[in-house]
Amino acid sequence: MILSFQQVNFVSDPEWVGFANFSAIFHDPLFWTAWWNTVTFTGIALAFGYVVPFFLAVVVNEMRHFKGYFRVAVYLPVMLPPLVVVLLWQYFYDPGNGLFNTVLRGLHLPESQWTQSPRMAMLSLVLVSTWANMGTATIMYLAALQNIPGELYEAAEMEGANVWQRLWHVTIPHMRFILAVLLMLQIVATMQVFIEPFQLTGTTNPDTITVMVLIYRYAFTVNHDFGMAAAMSVLLFLVLGAFSVAYIRLVSREGMRA
Amino acid sequence: MNRGTFGKVAVSGLVAFAASIVALVTGCSKEKAAASESVTTSITVNALPPETETFLRQQFLDDVKSFEAKNAGIKIDAREGKMDPRTFTTKLAGGQLEDVFYVYFTDPANLIAKKQVAEITPYLKDFPSVAQIRPELMKVFSAGGKVYGLPWTNYSMGLLYNRTLFTKAGLDPNNPPKTWPDVRTAAKKIAALGDGVVGYGDYSKSNTGGWHFTAEIYSIGGDVAVKDGETWKAAFNDDKGKQVLQQLKDMRWTDNAMGQRQFLEWADLLQMMASGKLGMYIATSDNIPVMVSQFKGNYDDYGLAPMPGGKATLAGGEGFMFNAKATPEKIKAGLKWLLFKYDNPERFDEQQKQEATAKRPVGLPEPALWVGDAAKKYTAAVTAYANLPAGNYAPFNAGSGGVQLKLEPPLAQQIYAVLDTAMAKVLTDQNADIGALLADAEKQANVILATVK
Repeated sequence: MILSFQQVNFVSDPEWVGFANFSAIFHDPLFWTAWWNTVTFTGIALAFGYVVPFFLAVVVNEMRHFKGYFRVAVYLPVMLPPLVVVLLWQYFYDPGNGLFNTVLRGLHLPESQWTQSPRMAMLSLVLVSTWANMGTATIMYLAALQNIPGELYEAAEMEGANVWQRLWHVTIPHMRFILAVLLMLQIVATMQVFIEPFQLTGTTNPDTITVMVLIYRYAFTVNHDFGMAAAMSVLLFLVLGAFSVAYIRLVSREGMRA
Repeated sequence: MNRGTFGKVAVSGLVAFAASIVALVTGCSKEKAAASESVTTSITVNALPPETETFLRQQFLDDVKSFEAKNAGIKIDAREGKMDPRTFTTKLAGGQLEDVFYVYFTDPANLIAKKQVAEITPYLKDFPSVAQIRPELMKVFSAGGKVYGLPWTNYSMGLLYNRTLFTKAGLDPNNPPKTWPDVRTAAKKIAALGDGVVGYGDYSKSNTGGWHFTAEIYSIGGDVAVKDGETWKAAFNDDKGKQVLQQLKDMRWTDNAMGQRQFLEWADLLQMMASGKLGMYIATSDNIPVMVSQFKGNYDDYGLAPMPGGKATLAGGEGFMFNAKATPEKIKAGLKWLLFKYDNPERFDEQQKQEATAKRPVGLPEPALWVGDAAKKYTAAVTAYANLPAGNYAPFNAGSGGVQLKLEPPLAQQIYAVLDTAMAKVLTDQNADIGALLADAEKQANVILATVK
């Protein structure tokens, strides 16, 4: 916070520069690009990362056999170090000899440039992020599903409700709280996306530059200016802070109700 | 968690966070007590080679021993690592930066402008051999008539090509491309070999894209930044800049001669060429031993030619600078160390002999660092112990005479990071708008260049 109003070189005393750092980042053409990309990434990541784990949890919950195996399989990617995951996907995405294009070629389907095409880059990053992080959400949904009394489903079945109706009228209402909590947590987590764009598309690609990558650029590559990086971090902190406050209110309200 | 508990956790978390920030900013720069009574000056230096480089590390440690024996009272505390902009500021802030540290030619201007290095001008009068270092290279480490460091190596870019693939593609390896249209024609023929072979490779990540763009625009007579009165201005948004990007776009999309995989950085092209999958790229001669030692390449496969276009070539290099907080005693001791280990005409013969005995490459083509007697001594030592297929570098040696050596622009790494974007877009987006990319890059580069003092 203090750094964002200063010019520092870590040798002499810091110099107070008022809002100059904020002015500099607002005038950077990449500023809005980075925010827009971050919002886009968050949006697509939520569409995938919010819905997919929920349905996975429902499917795993309905299984009669191999439930334990699938629980482990879904959670496995979370145990891998994030950079390892990204390097693995870098090989999957390689447009020359990567796994995905090799498979597509084998099936005589059109290939994609994945991270190296302006149209597919963002979606490619979201796929990595979803695969790597959905395990946690799935396990939490599973735990919530276990808490829904079986009698409710039996009663619904007696009334002649089909699978979708049971899901809509029994499962979702009972999971409203956990769904809301995970929504907040996922927004806060996905807005801080860094490793995927940093490793897969570099810090220079305007199609995928995110707020965190821009902070990195300000501090370490283009500007070598910790003041600008701190100013951008403060803005991100304020945005994420708003979501965090909403999350805390949600949790405490539910706590009072309990 | 109820509200009260949450409050306590939040407050204690904030206190811990604030404490860690304070610790980071104030650093932990406590001077170590003198190691022993007999040592009057102890200096920390970096560039100690890692343990994986057995020969170089041993050579370095032996040099430390002989230096300390010759200079009683000076103790060298050697650390690993070279210049990494990502950790430099952190080390500086934490009081961990060495007294004498390694830099690339792209670093000094920025470090001098930010007052993060010590001036060494007053101490140079005690070291007469410095006068024999090429003046234009001393300029890299100078500003406003004051000197802040010393160069150690110097290299220039050329066209590095795979002689074996040239022969396979029906090209003459002793007559490499001289112009960019020649490069394009050769790249098409090499890519036609199929089997994943790439005709011409280029970078677009981690500042290497901008670095190559600079070398390429220099080669056709263009510029990246020019001094306009007292200030610097971006100069690449012109026909020459467009020509560089258009040539790459044509080779990538029209000819399909640059491979599908892009966002490449430094080691990628070396690896591709060492594994026989790349025909040409622009590089400095020091890439050749790396391809052999790290990527199992073969010296006979590689040839070096002057930069296509031949108007000018980008010259870079490495050297050393001094911590802004170093005392005069430490600066003097540091200079003694540098002029013993790195810039020492009296040891040229001994050093080249050591390299040749260890079967390391001697005789790679590189521009001179020295003038006068020192230059003669250096050439004699290299000629005496040369152990590389000199014929492979004949085109470079024969054709480089008329090529102007041009240094990197001010704040080069920052400009390169900006130009990476144009390179990445041209190589990954068939519909990239070259004019718009250069205009964007120009805007950003001018903001950076406005800070050059």
